[in-house]
Amino acid sequence: MIRRLLPAVAGLLLWASSAVAADLTLLNVSYDPTRELYADFNKAFAAAYSKETGKSVEIKQSHGGSGSQARAVIDGLQADVVTLALAYDIDAIASKGLIAADWQKRLPLNAAPYTSTIVFLVRKGNPKGIKDWDDLIKPGVDVITPNPKTSGGARWNYLAAWGYAERKFGSADKAKQFVADLYKNVPVLDAGARGSTVTFVERGVGDVLLAWENEAFLAQREFGKDKFEIVSPPLSILAEPPLAVVDTVADKKGTRAVAEAYLRYWYTKEGQEIAARNSYRPRDSEIAKEYENSFAKVELFTIDEVFGGWAKAQKEHFAEGGVFDQIYKN
Amino acid sequence: MTMELQQSLEYAAPEVRSRVRPFAAPDDVRSEPRFVRIGIIALATAFLSVFVVLPLVVVFAQAFSKGVSAYFAALSDPEALSAIRLTLLVAAISVSLNLVFGVIAAWAIAKFEFSGKTALVTLIDLPFSVSPVISGLVFVLLFGAQGYWGPWLQSHNIHVLFALPGIALATSFVTFPFVARALIPLMQEQGTQEEEAAISLGASGLQTFFRVTLPNIKWGVLYGVLLCNARAMGEFGAVSVVSGHVRGETNTMPLLVEILYNEYQFVSSFAIASLLAMLALITLIAKTMLERHIDEEELPHDD
Repeated sequence: MIRRLLPAVAGLLLWASSAVAADLTLLNVSYDPTRELYADFNKAFAAAYSKETGKSVEIKQSHGGSGSQARAVIDGLQADVVTLALAYDIDAIASKGLIAADWQKRLPLNAAPYTSTIVFLVRKGNPKGIKDWDDLIKPGVDVITPNPKTSGGARWNYLAAWGYAERKFGSADKAKQFVADLYKNVPVLDAGARGSTVTFVERGVGDVLLAWENEAFLAQREFGKDKFEIVSPPLSILAEPPLAVVDTVADKKGTRAVAEAYLRYWYTKEGQEIAARNSYRPRDSEIAKEYENSFAKVELFTIDEVFGGWAKAQKEHFAEGGVFDQIYKN
Repeated sequence: MTMELQQSLEYAAPEVRSRVRPFAAPDDVRSEPRFVRIGIIALATAFLSVFVVLPLVVVFAQAFSKGVSAYFAALSDPEALSAIRLTLLVAAISVSLNLVFGVIAAWAIAKFEFSGKTALVTLIDLPFSVSPVISGLVFVLLFGAQGYWGPWLQSHNIHVLFALPGIALATSFVTFPFVARALIPLMQEQGTQEEEAAISLGASGLQTFFRVTLPNIKWGVLYGVLLCNARAMGEFGAVSVVSGHVRGETNTMPLLVEILYNEYQFVSSFAIASLLAMLALITLIAKTMLERHIDEEELPHDD
C-alpha cells in the first residue's frame, strides 16, 4: 500500500513546491484595516510600474495588529516597506537600527500620504442617541474598542477621547477621569481593530464601536447601510498612519528603488484617488475636494498639538505603569 | 450496636432479595431503569449534536451558502491554493521527521533499558503540555533577528523564521509526541521475545528491526502518522507566531481561515474550513479502521 502511495505523495510535493515569480517582489508589512486598501493600491502600482520601467513587480502583503507587525519586522520578517498604524511602531523598528532615525522626514507630510480619524459606528437608528464623546460615558452604553496595548487603532481611539476631554474640561486630571469612565463602559478589549469590528458587527456586542473612519465605512459597505450608521463627533483626532522603507532589508535585497517608488506612488493623483476611494482621507487638495461629500466635516487636532508627539504620548499613556494601566486597574 | 445492625440487615434483606429475584424483568436487574437510560442517551445525543454535528453542518452550510461554483471559486483562489500547498508541504515535512524520530524513540524506550529513560519519556510528552503559542515563541527567541542564532542566520542570508523552515519546525515540535506515543505502549506490550529469537538465529540489528519489529508495529505507525498529520495540518497557535502572515506565501490553511473571516469573506473562509473539516472526518474514519488492526497486533502471535 505504501509503495502505491509513493508516486501520489511525490506528485503532491512537486506541486506543493512550485511557485511563480515576478521580476521583483516587495513585502509590505501593514496593519489590520488596510487589507482592502492595499489590494487596490498594489494592483494600480504594479501596472504603473511595469508601464514605466517594463519590470513586473509583485507585492506581498502581511496584515496584523500594528504593534505585533512591528515586532515581527524587528524579529526578522523581511519587509521591504512598513505601512503601520502609527509612527511609534515605526520608531520601534528604527530604534533597532533597521530604519534610519529620520525616516519621517524622508517623505512629505510626516510620511503619511493618507489620513483618517476616529468615528463612532452605531446600530441602525442610533438607539442610544450617541452624538458626541460625552455620550460614551453615560451609564448603560457599551463601548467597543480594542486594547491600546496591542492595537494602533485603539491608541488613536484613546487619544481622541483624551484630546476631546482635555479641551472640554480644561485639565489633564479631568481628561484622565473622562477616559477612565469611558473604559468602564468597555465590556471587551479585542487585540486588534478588525477584531473589535467583528465583535461589534458580527457578534452584535455593544452599542457603539470606536473605529477608524475607513473601517467604519468598510463595515457599512459590507453589511449594508440599513444595519449601521456612522456618527462623526464634532471634534476628533487626525490619525496619520505612516510609511517607511526598511533600509536594511531593501539594501540587502536590492529593492530600494522599487520600494521608494512604491511609497512615492501614494503621493500621485492616482494614489490619492485610491486612498479616497477606500475611505481614507486624501492629502491632495484637488482629490479632497472631489471626495468632499464622502467625509463628514470634523474638527481635527493632531497628536503633536495635544500630546507633544508619539514618543511622549506612548511613554506617558501606554507604557508599563502608564496612565492606561492606572485607569484600567481601577 | 450489633442488635441494631442485625435489625437493619433484617429490614433490608427482603428488599434485596426481591431485587434479585430471577423472575423479575431481566432488564431491570442488569441496568438502570428505562427512563434513566433514555435520559442518558438523549443527553449524549443532544451534547454530540450541539458540539460536534451542528458546527460541522454550519461549516458546510456557510461554505455552500452562495452555491457550488462560489465554493470552488473560493478554493481555486491563488491565495487558497498557496495555503493548501504550504499546509501539505509542512505536514509532509513534519510527519516524515516525526515518523523517523518517533519510531527510533519508541524503539529505544520499549526495547532497551538505559538510565534516563523516564526523562526521555517526559521530554517526548513536553509538546503536549506546552501551549502552542509558547512553542512558537521559543523559535522566535532562537531564530529571531534579536534571538540567539538570528544574527548569524541573517548574515548568511538563511531565513528560518517567517518562512517555510520556521513553520515546519514549529509544526514538527508541536506534533512530535504523536508517533512515539502511539508506538511506545504497543511495543512494550509486544515485549522483546521475537527480537531475541531473531538475533539468536543470527539476524543483525537492522535485519531484526526491518523484518521483525517494523512488521509488528506497522498499523501502530500508521495510526501515529494519521494523528500527527491531522494535528500538523490543523495547527494554528505555534504557526501563527512564526508565520509572519505573508499572503500567498506563509499562510497555512488554518491561518487563512481566520484572515478571510476577518475580511468578511465568509464563503471563502468556510470553504477552507470545510477542507479541514473533511480532513477531520477522514482522519476519524481511518482512525477507527486502524484501531481494529492495532487490536490484532497486540494479540500474542503464537496462538
